[in-house]
Amino acid sequence: MISIVDRTPPKGIQLFHAAALAGALTLFLATLLADYAYWTSHEIQWSNFASWLLVGAMVLVSIAVICEIFALVRGGRSVVYILVLVATWIVGLFDALHHARDAWGIMPTALVLSVVVAVLAGVATWIGFASLRTGGAR
Amino acid sequence: MKLANLTILPIAAAVIWLAACSKAPDLNQYGASPQMPTPARGVMPDMVIAKPAAWGSQVPTVPQGYSISAIATDLGIPRQTLVLPNGDILVAEGRGGHAPKLKPKDIIAGKIKAKGNTSVKSGNRLTLLRDADGDGKYELQTVFADNLDAPYGLALVGNNLYVANQGELVRFDYRAGQTKASGAPVKVTDLPSAINHHWTKALAASPDGRFLYVAIGSNSNITERGMDVEVDRARVWQVDAATGAHRAYATGLRNPTALAIQPGTGTLWAVVNERDEIGPNLVPDYLTSVREGGFYGWPYAYWGNHVDTRVMPQDPAKVAAAITPDYALGSHVAALGVAFSVPAMGGQFGEGVFVGEHGSWNRNPPVGYKVVFVPFRDGRPAGDPVDFVSGFRTSDGLTHGRPVGVTVDPRGALIVADDLSNTIWRVTPTRSATTSTVPPAGVPAAGATTGGAIP
Repeated sequence: MISIVDRTPPKGIQLFHAAALAGALTLFLATLLADYAYWTSHEIQWSNFASWLLVGAMVLVSIAVICEIFALVRGGRSVVYILVLVATWIVGLFDALHHARDAWGIMPTALVLSVVVAVLAGVATWIGFASLRTGGAR
Repeated sequence: MKLANLTILPIAAAVIWLAACSKAPDLNQYGASPQMPTPARGVMPDMVIAKPAAWGSQVPTVPQGYSISAIATDLGIPRQTLVLPNGDILVAEGRGGHAPKLKPKDIIAGKIKAKGNTSVKSGNRLTLLRDADGDGKYELQTVFADNLDAPYGLALVGNNLYVANQGELVRFDYRAGQTKASGAPVKVTDLPSAINHHWTKALAASPDGRFLYVAIGSNSNITERGMDVEVDRARVWQVDAATGAHRAYATGLRNPTALAIQPGTGTLWAVVNERDEIGPNLVPDYLTSVREGGFYGWPYAYWGNHVDTRVMPQDPAKVAAAITPDYALGSHVAALGVAFSVPAMGGQFGEGVFVGEHGSWNRNPPVGYKVVFVPFRDGRPAGDPVDFVSGFRTSDGLTHGRPVGVTVDPRGALIVADDLSNTIWRVTPTRSATTSTVPPAGVPAAGATTGGAIP
């Protein structure tokens, strides 16, 4: 059996970066579910949940962006991944600001933004994880 | 390409910020038919917070022929005042509310808003001011009662001094000339106090002294804490002074912050703070006579039948039933005081009401930060508001004071509570001795103040 060691810089994201990204996706999905619950039930507490889940998602996606900035220095990054990640951050920020409105004033835009940002986070995670390597060995 | 994406972020942030900082168009929003724009809110709310600064040797500006002086300082957040029959002044001091922060926005906005308010400790007491020799200097400043819970509304009926704390209406025995309460207060009735998003409980007594009117603000801006917490909120209670029993006198008043009984007619009037976050020119705060059984719109509608789409589920029947208030004071002025004038105030300020405007926190350019006079004719508002006490906020944003309660001393003086500099101001006509139209001192005091001193 022959083992080939890859000595080029890793193209995939690192483990901590991956953990932040996966966490962000989870929280964006939870935000979407909470927004949907408010949309259907008019129960205000779901809207409060959505606001806080979104803050958590933005913290984690910001960590992922910072990890990616450091990774840029090493070069050889996926342009598509960077674009989708930054788009997630921007749409997430607008979604968070929109959730600061009172009561039904967040609807329907909050639900639409939460769908968009959840899809973006999903795509970013897909691309990011598709290139994930654990040991640099093939 | 990659770096360009990252540099675009601060630019986007700057664009948002500039959009938030654009100046509000100037609309005519005074009187019975204010201009009503369509609701709108930017990405960020327009917050322009007062920058507190000491008065130093400065004083507020008053019209020619009037003078102003500070008659008490170093108070514990003065809100409303009451002129007693012997000329003594009672000051209610305190800060109430215990609303939990529900959203990230509440934490951020709370910290920003706090910068524009005083940081002194809540007084939770009544202070008595006395000018024994009538020289206009109130040489005695003493604690009349303490250990109260954010007292606000004050009313005297005979020997009963009523105080509306943020959670209960209480009664003290009062004898003329007293400088200290003779004992602990007696509870008349509990008042709605859960959360207390809008905590102030304004108070007025009916002309016959049988009933007390207590104003209770809503528990949210626009139902963002849910409808369950709005039970018994945004309304005026009529409380039987003898038994403490209550009923809703009028509803749908978002945050009625001061009440006054109109001399002569005995009609109840209120100033009401309207909802935020649908634009710099929405919704006008207002002055209105309060109709028994009337519904004034909150939360479903504003200024009559304008639907507020932030309330879900909506209620078209309630929207249709909403009464249009009498007189718009302008959006976000934050009217916190109202008092009917007396002829002894002199000149053009003898017939009408004074309104204390605490000033805006979410409008650019800021508005309020003054005491205005709304002239009346035949018992109804007639004409635009006129500045009576101004200069609280200068054009550079420095804010020396913020007016709250206003009270008319029937001898011919306006008492203004300032809860930023913790001062009580007194405005008097300087020409009163030479003006022949002014009646002699001692005109009836009934209902002429917030709460109303009833002999």
